[in-house]
Amino acid sequence: MDIKISDATPSPDERDAVDRRLGPPRASWDGAELRTARDMHVGFGGKEQRDRRHLLLPALQALQERIGWISEGGFNYVCERLSVPPAEAWGVATFYMMLSTQPRPRRVLHVCDDIACKVKGAKEVCRGLRTHHSPPLPHGVVGGHSEEPRGAHATLNEHHGAWTTSPCLGLCDVAPAGLLIEAGPVVVERSIGELSSEYAMGLLGGGAEPDDVLTQATTIGGIGALRLLKRIGKVDPTSLDDYKASGGYKALEKAFQLGPEGVIREVTEAKLLGRGGAAFPTGRKWEAVRTQPEKTRYIICNADESEPGTFKDRILLTGDPFALVEAMTIAAFAAGCSRGYFYIRGEYPLAAKRVQHAIDMARAAGLLGPTVMGTSFAFEIEVRRGAGAYICGEETAIFESIEGKRGEPRNKPPFPVQHGLFNKPTIMNNVETLANVLPIIIDGGAAAARIGTEQSAGTRLFCLSGHVAKPGVYEVPMGTTLGELMTLAGGVSGNGTLQCALLGGAAGSFVRADEMGLILTHEDTRAAGVSLGSGVVVAFDSSVDMKDILHRIAKFFRDESCGQCVPCRVGTVRQEEALHRIATKKTIGGVKGELALLEEIGLAMKDGSICGLGQTAYAAVESAIKRLNLYPV
Amino acid sequence: MTSPHLQLVQLSRPATTPKVMVELSVDGHSVKVPEGSTILNACQQLGIEVPTLCWLETLKPVNVCRVCVVEVEGARVLVPSCSRTVEPGMKVKTRSDRVNLTRRLVLEMLASSVDLSTAPGMAEMLAEYDAKPERFGPDAETVAQPVKVDNDLYIRDYAKCVLCYKCVEACGEDHQNTFAIAVAGRGFHAHISTEFVVELPESACVYCGNCIAVCPTGALMSKREWELRQAGTWNESKQTATDTVCPFCGVGCTLTLHVQDGEIVKATSPLDNDITVGNLCIKGRFGWRHVQNGHASRGPSADPTAPRAPANH
Ligand SMILES: Cc1cc2nc3c(=O)[nH]c(=O)nc-3n(C[C@H](O)[C@H](O)[C@H](O)COP(=O)(O)O)c2cc1C
Ligand code: SF4
Ligand code: SF4
Ligand code: SF4
Ligand code: FES
Ligand code: FES
Repeated sequence: MDIKISDATPSPDERDAVDRRLGPPRASWDGAELRTARDMHVGFGGKEQRDRRHLLLPALQALQERIGWISEGGFNYVCERLSVPPAEAWGVATFYMMLSTQPRPRRVLHVCDDIACKVKGAKEVCRGLRTHHSPPLPHGVVGGHSEEPRGAHATLNEHHGAWTTSPCLGLCDVAPAGLLIEAGPVVVERSIGELSSEYAMGLLGGGAEPDDVLTQATTIGGIGALRLLKRIGKVDPTSLDDYKASGGYKALEKAFQLGPEGVIREVTEAKLLGRGGAAFPTGRKWEAVRTQPEKTRYIICNADESEPGTFKDRILLTGDPFALVEAMTIAAFAAGCSRGYFYIRGEYPLAAKRVQHAIDMARAAGLLGPTVMGTSFAFEIEVRRGAGAYICGEETAIFESIEGKRGEPRNKPPFPVQHGLFNKPTIMNNVETLANVLPIIIDGGAAAARIGTEQSAGTRLFCLSGHVAKPGVYEVPMGTTLGELMTLAGGVSGNGTLQCALLGGAAGSFVRADEMGLILTHEDTRAAGVSLGSGVVVAFDSSVDMKDILHRIAKFFRDESCGQCVPCRVGTVRQEEALHRIATKKTIGGVKGELALLEEIGLAMKDGSICGLGQTAYAAVESAIKRLNLYPV
Repeated sequence: MTSPHLQLVQLSRPATTPKVMVELSVDGHSVKVPEGSTILNACQQLGIEVPTLCWLETLKPVNVCRVCVVEVEGARVLVPSCSRTVEPGMKVKTRSDRVNLTRRLVLEMLASSVDLSTAPGMAEMLAEYDAKPERFGPDAETVAQPVKVDNDLYIRDYAKCVLCYKCVEACGEDHQNTFAIAVAGRGFHAHISTEFVVELPESACVYCGNCIAVCPTGALMSKREWELRQAGTWNESKQTATDTVCPFCGVGCTLTLHVQDGEIVKATSPLDNDITVGNLCIKGRFGWRHVQNGHASRGPSADPTAPRAPANH
């Protein structure tokens, strides 16, 4: 395969940004500027170079972080360095919403206009910016590139920022939220809570500089002893010594004594179910990987957390990163994985920084590397960052993303425990799932299983946002009622009258104000026809226009569909159109006709889609129709 | 898409060594197929018709169109028959209410967003499933866009694209290894594109036309066919197809020449040909224009040795 690229060349900055990420080129074969006499005799490239395809996204991100967008010259250089055909790399670059192939100012503010922020003033922020600053940047590159000047390096006003709307930034506890990114030699990335349009304007003018750490405190609370949150806000998340002083790395020590099978026995006995949404038994997953004939195995911590309303993983990643590194090391030891990845959503800069720091500290202390804790167990961890794609939280889409491809889910079977990352057996676990491993190993699986109910063991993190007095993350034993949880979060805020709550995220369902007795376990929610999902509870007071909220959810799925399969690619659009027709009173066949149409679209998406995104894209709409009776006929 | 695990899925070309047989039931009929076969293979063996769009026997299944879904007992959702391998004792239903509903909706979704007027067999398929695409209303979003005519050999009319990925597979991993085109964008805006949407003469395209050969909708079409269709004179019932051997090099690909009114209008190669599996190179695919040179309409750029000259338009 020959790589044919255009004549556009990288600027020195672009070359430098890519070389820092990939290392310098070895020869003119892979992009060095000068052709040496040696290059005329020795060729590089081929398979070895193509095996670096997995570095495509990091290399594109390097350009984005340095320049603020991906120019043709910079893009060409990445293709040359990694021997990736430009059409393929283009497919990848245009998949992720945080990458831009259009010129953009260096400073861009991403303003969340998703459901939790919507009810906390995001509309006013956007309106203010629209009126007093500029219209938002168009999203991504979906329309193509042809009218734009090609090859030109950014000539935009360096001092004038731009803004864009964003789906949930995972900061719903401090809504309305924003994320400021300023490209440059050292990229500036800051999460911002309680955003106002005045402050946003200040940021875009180049004045105000928000803190590195989110200053707005989130509430941490719970019922009973905190198992997963106990160190949050109490132990310095950047200090390995403090982590160890608070009991850190005791679990790994014990895991080495238990041996792989012993570890898996405890996790199985604890009846730990995955917290990422699918509730698959974690012990069984680990055992399946442990018993694979293939010896190269991977583990991935799914920290893509993009389900609207979810922010619990952010709290763990930023507040207790060593615990996650330790837990992943235990899982890897149990299943025989030699390499692990944290796939952290691109909108979580502090989380990525804290986890990277924890990995570096652990490595320096011999807790990662060729001889973990002086044993013969070798394990390495790498951080990979997402770039704005909810779908990259789906497990097989993460594989594709890490491999340097478009984040398109694979059809299952085959399952990840057999054919996962790089086609090798792979464990995929949610952040909260991993956090559960430490108390399970320390206290024993049986003790963990005694918490909660028979079928839903342990504690669970819930993310409360919207109209609650104290938004935050709450750890409660499974079996707590929704009402108790609401009380824990200080009760209903806003106008004080609850209209309904969204349970489980955009892929979850609405429950009515009179359903607060709902017991939060897998079995009870299933019986009630709802699901715990990722532990989301967004409360809405009686003043909220729920049709507007529902429309935002429909738009979310439409925007986030990867576009691979027809039921989801077109179905999410047809669903949004039908809701729009009802809202604008231009129905086909009356509201009744539209509801019947929505039902059929929903069934086809549920039954015919490749992955969970399409399969759940109708769930919230269905519950709004059937539980809330939002569209009476 | 081109994930490694897909390579495990067997292509449906006949295996040479005898295989372990797997027994399953389809619509109540028991059938035995070699291990590694797909549900679609089993259906074909039984003569049960299953519609397909993104599947082709010469390409790795990508299972994206979902028109081939069937119901497998015990499965939570429907499964794509084109890629799911058979398991012993599987109970498959190909025309249950669930299957019919999803197939109908998939067809309605496609027909309401894509111009399917030149997709062979599509009208019959829509009728069979009683698909009514118009029920999504006159404002339903579509992929309508101008046709891309940027070279003299073939045109790309993405208003007719169902995003079946076949052309991408044919151009890349499965056949040509050229990777001139890929899927870009996301969601409803996902589309087939070159890098930076450059025109074909600027891209890596070598004009083998192997993408045209696999396109199920006529979105990719030789320029001559497109011109005749524009003029209203394309008439398949008046065409004859003659197999011959491509004279341009020693490989000797089987070439099927399609002739209308004494003029060669298209060249293809049979999918079931062991050597070509339907593929050709620029000379086989478009060299017939050279043979017929002198035709007033085409001028000097019809010379296949100079395909990269951008078209004037
Ligand atoms: C569209 C989609 C998005 C998802 N996003 C996430 C996510 O952000 N984090 C997560 O842990 N799981 C997510 N999941 C679930 C994962 O596919 C997978 O089930 C989970 O990571 C497994 O880990 P667990 O067993 O520890 O829960 C998502 C699933 C789908 C279908
Ligand atoms: S269901 Fe949606 S997100 Fe999932 S593979 Fe299909 S198009 Fe992509
Ligand atoms: S003609 Fe050949 S090289 Fe060009 S896009 Fe089609 S398959 Fe690729
Ligand atoms: S152009 Fe044709 S072959 Fe390519 S994806 Fe579209 S419909 Fe399929
Ligand atoms: S951060 Fe805005 S909805 Fe979650
Ligand atoms: S033919 Fe099976 S999914 Fe397209």
